[in-house]
Amino acid sequence: MISLPSPTGRAAQASRRPFRSATTEPLVIKWTLIGLCFSVLTVLLFAPLIAIFDEALRRGWAFALASLSEPDAQSAIRLTLLVAAITVPLNAIFGIAAAWAITKFDWRGKAWVITLIDLPFSISPVVAGLLFVLMFGSNTALGVWLVANGFPIVFAVPGILLATLFITFPFVARELIPVMLEQGRAEEEAALTLGASGWRTFVTVTLPNIRWALLYGVLLCNARAMGEFGAVAVVSGKIRGQTTTMPLMIEMFYNEYLSVAAFTMAGVLALLAFVTLTLKSVLEWRYADQLAATHRH
Amino acid sequence: MNIDIEEISKDFNSTFALHPVSLSIPSGTLVALLGPSGSGKTTLLRILGGLEFPTAGRVLFDASDATGLSVQVRRAGFVFQSYALFRHMTVFDNIAYGLRARPRKSRPQSGEITRRVTKLLELIKLPDIGARYPNQLSGGQRQRVALARALAIEPRMLLLDEPFGALDAKVRKELRQGLRDIHDTTGLTTVFVTHDQEEAMQLADLVVVMSMGRIEQVGKPDDIRARPKTPFVREFISA
Ligand SMILES: Nc1ncnc2c1ncn2[C@@H]1O[C@H](COP(=O)(O)OP(=O)(O)OP(=O)(O)O)[C@@H](O)[C@H]1O
Ligand SMILES: [Mg+2]
Repeated sequence: MISLPSPTGRAAQASRRPFRSATTEPLVIKWTLIGLCFSVLTVLLFAPLIAIFDEALRRGWAFALASLSEPDAQSAIRLTLLVAAITVPLNAIFGIAAAWAITKFDWRGKAWVITLIDLPFSISPVVAGLLFVLMFGSNTALGVWLVANGFPIVFAVPGILLATLFITFPFVARELIPVMLEQGRAEEEAALTLGASGWRTFVTVTLPNIRWALLYGVLLCNARAMGEFGAVAVVSGKIRGQTTTMPLMIEMFYNEYLSVAAFTMAGVLALLAFVTLTLKSVLEWRYADQLAATHRH
Repeated sequence: MNIDIEEISKDFNSTFALHPVSLSIPSGTLVALLGPSGSGKTTLLRILGGLEFPTAGRVLFDASDATGLSVQVRRAGFVFQSYALFRHMTVFDNIAYGLRARPRKSRPQSGEITRRVTKLLELIKLPDIGARYPNQLSGGQRQRVALARALAIEPRMLLLDEPFGALDAKVRKELRQGLRDIHDTTGLTTVFVTHDQEEAMQLADLVVVMSMGRIEQVGKPDDIRARPKTPFVREFISA
């Protein structure tokens, strides 16, 4: 606001408001925005969440828990945890390797690889699943050979792992690349000049600098690994008790009108997401001082 | 340590950063690489430190070929233009980094490390900042910590890329004297990059004027001032 220099009282009053910082909005706008934000959150987030638990507990805790202890449900939970436990660490490693190669070295074809990393995001998960069926299914020589040698990929756990690996590959790399680009190579070079080996430099300089981005990428990767539906639905063949993950199980229960079982399972999946989010918040709170220190001034 | 640069050239995918350049640096000299932006100063410094490898030519340390030596083996104390302090470590840990990175048998005990870091903090006249993080320091303090970190490894030479580039005039003057003092007490062969001719002339024993990947003139500050060899040098030092 520009006010002409004037000795009158009004100008003096107008210029007596320097306490308001340039980024502060008037109250009306502030509350409108907050209200808007809350209504969106309520409609899109809170209401569905409450609906899930409401539906799951419609016939009481005992009934809901009983639906979980059914063998098929148990097997689905175990399989989903197994898939996440294998794919998340692998993709964390792949993601770090990809981000490291892309940001710390110059080589031919780099731009092309960066585009390739996004491929799993840009094609439909169903198509991704079909891709694996086409490659390893019983209509290919490779698929026949694999089955004959007792290592079927399609309609078996390895297929689910492959599909999940493919779908969740970009999360870690995507989180890391901008952070590592912004940080540049200078700190690594400094460590090398001080006599550190490449590995020591990676462990003591690179990893600590990217750990928050890495944690974030891993959490997103984990959420998707546990929640992936489309690609897994195609490759798994949905064999009950064998290749059925939690999202697939939810759909089956739902289609069979077992809505309490379906919503209880959905509730468990949502709770798993809560656990990871809480973990992240706790870590952020615990290491707030380090977070502040590692951020750019 | 004597440093000899013999016909070193460097191109980055067909763009020439250095045409063949040769230069002899006697042990214990404080040398300034002076030149405008893009003249190849940083490239030459990084080749000395082992962070970049020449396309052709040789680097000799005390008359033995060091061209292929890895950056770790060269043991050059390198101060980066933006200091490159480890942002997630305290000042103490930054300075101790090189000592802790040594192989087990030559690594000092932790008591000895503490003693050395404390001494270095005194040398840079910042005895009380060991527990701080780099982002809690001023630019001048960061620069001095970077210098202490480079000195901690008992380097064979000191290489500094625009060590005073990002600082205001008053701090620059102070730190210039600081670098001169540290050079004189350690006796290390020191090469620093600058594009400020006044800084080069005041501080250095030997000034190397560079332009477009070539060395235009090498000499004592007074000689260069009195007898500029090429029109470029005359123009650059009178600017
Ligand atoms: N990694 C690289 N890839 C391609 N070209 C490079 C690279 N590093 C330097 N160059 C080129 O080499 C030339 C010399 O660069 P150098 O960084 O040595 O200049 P400088 O004298 O340090 O300049 P400044 O004062 O701006 O730091 C420049 O033309 C630059 O564009
Ligand atoms: Mg430079």
